[in-house]
Amino acid sequence: MTPAKALMHPRAKSLVFVLALLPFVWLIYGALTDRLGANPAEYLIRAGGDWSLRFLCITLAVTPLRALTGTPALARFRRMLGLFVYFYVVLHFLSYSWFDRGFDLGEIAKDIAKRPFILVGFAGFVLLSPLAATSFNAAVKKMGARRWQMLHKLVYLIAGLGILHFFWMRAGKNDFAEVFVYAAVIALLLGWRLQQFLKRKRLPSMIGRRNGLSKQ
Amino acid sequence: MLIKTDNNGYIHPASSEITPHGIYQQRRDLIKLMATGAAGAALAGWAGRDAMAQAVARPGKLAALPGARSAVLGAVTMEKVTDYKDATSYNNFYEFGTDKSDPAKNSHTLVTRPWTVAIEGLVRQPKTWAIEDLLKLSAQEERIYRLRCVEGWSMVIPWVGYSLAELIKKVAPLGSANYVEFITQADPKTMPFVGSRVLDWPYVEALRMDEAMHPLTLLSFGMYGEVLPNQSGAPVRLVVPWKYGFKSGKSIVKIRFTDKEPRTAWNKAAANEYGFYSNVNPNVDHPRWSQASERRIGEDGLFAKKRKTLMFNGYEAQVGQLYAGMDLKKNY
Repeated sequence: MTPAKALMHPRAKSLVFVLALLPFVWLIYGALTDRLGANPAEYLIRAGGDWSLRFLCITLAVTPLRALTGTPALARFRRMLGLFVYFYVVLHFLSYSWFDRGFDLGEIAKDIAKRPFILVGFAGFVLLSPLAATSFNAAVKKMGARRWQMLHKLVYLIAGLGILHFFWMRAGKNDFAEVFVYAAVIALLLGWRLQQFLKRKRLPSMIGRRNGLSKQ
Repeated sequence: MLIKTDNNGYIHPASSEITPHGIYQQRRDLIKLMATGAAGAALAGWAGRDAMAQAVARPGKLAALPGARSAVLGAVTMEKVTDYKDATSYNNFYEFGTDKSDPAKNSHTLVTRPWTVAIEGLVRQPKTWAIEDLLKLSAQEERIYRLRCVEGWSMVIPWVGYSLAELIKKVAPLGSANYVEFITQADPKTMPFVGSRVLDWPYVEALRMDEAMHPLTLLSFGMYGEVLPNQSGAPVRLVVPWKYGFKSGKSIVKIRFTDKEPRTAWNKAAANEYGFYSNVNPNVDHPRWSQASERRIGEDGLFAKKRKTLMFNGYEAQVGQLYAGMDLKKNY
């Protein structure tokens, strides 16, 4: 089976779904069997954040990979991967609200207002919500492809907020090695888009002919 | 500060040595209580504390270092002692990596013998002490302290050691010595993360002289009845129970007496987040999180609400007077 065929296989989507769920399954299993170290609350909160960023990178990589490798089949997975970003962001926010703040809404609100790094993370979560809410086909139809696409470009801003949130969180310890890795990956993925955008602006006719498939 | 030495004449007591009126009054009350015969009942409770006091089980991993239960006020909390496994697998010791599981994994390379601690600066008796001599300088005591990390978690650790004051008295600081600086090991050959840009190496901490002389300030050589494991700061470290954990330097190689307030490692890295004093204070938040509550490792379950953090980590009765009149919001 060629890779392109494998990607189009009816079970391919289910497989990606299961794979994307594995970190979550591990976290639940680890929490129940006391395998998350001395501070499981901290582990869960941080793991939620880590997996949010990882799925954000994977999701943002779909379009560049599709264009660069000429595998349009990759597009099938983009929506699901995007929804997994939201899934892990919600997990991250819920574990913070629950394990760190004891679901005390007043405490959470105070924390968001007082601490820039939490505000930035929370803003990312809020902005991501309408994207998740409009991820089904009917929403695209109802909004019109253009407006839908405009809305979903918010993900670029959200990626920036996510990196800033992570950067600020690590700033106190001057411990940026991991932050830089995520920032570099995201910069690369957004840089590619910027480059495409500039090319299209300069040579609209040529791009249209050569690369008709990757309009988004 | 006046330190008693053999060649001193008459010395006035330091203000910290004068019994505060409240405590004096309590003693009077105790005498009255005895006179009325009610002491039997009252003392039963006191004796009971000792009887109920938890025996700390030796984990059996390292060489034994027994210590007699300390008689210093506030030195033995009755709270449940943290599991040895948690206390030795969840550590901040950046010389071995920034993840809390790193020190347990990487610190086996630390060489703790031979080990010396140099006493320098404004003292009459500068000297480099071999660890063997330091161990014998005073009787080893067991002290069960709360440990509150600036990151918002806490443990209860049975340390073994003696009051740093014992060493300070031996080395006889000069009158001009206002601060004590603790310089810790920074050997890139045995500590893989020395040289990382997270902090300035070596890791340096410091105390004001009266803080260093406080009987609760512990020079520690062991925990859980055994010598310190490497990740906990072997072979000798400081433990200042009313301050955030990072004030308690690990694997100390030099103690320097100075007249000026030394710049400390975290203060150099982020002065707005880590002050010189860094006393545990639920009313002064860290810029990035609240310090009002904490999670007790191994005890507060995942879904339990975090417990309230106590002023001076619950040692206010013992150390509050050191900071009388100071604005603790400014001197965080």
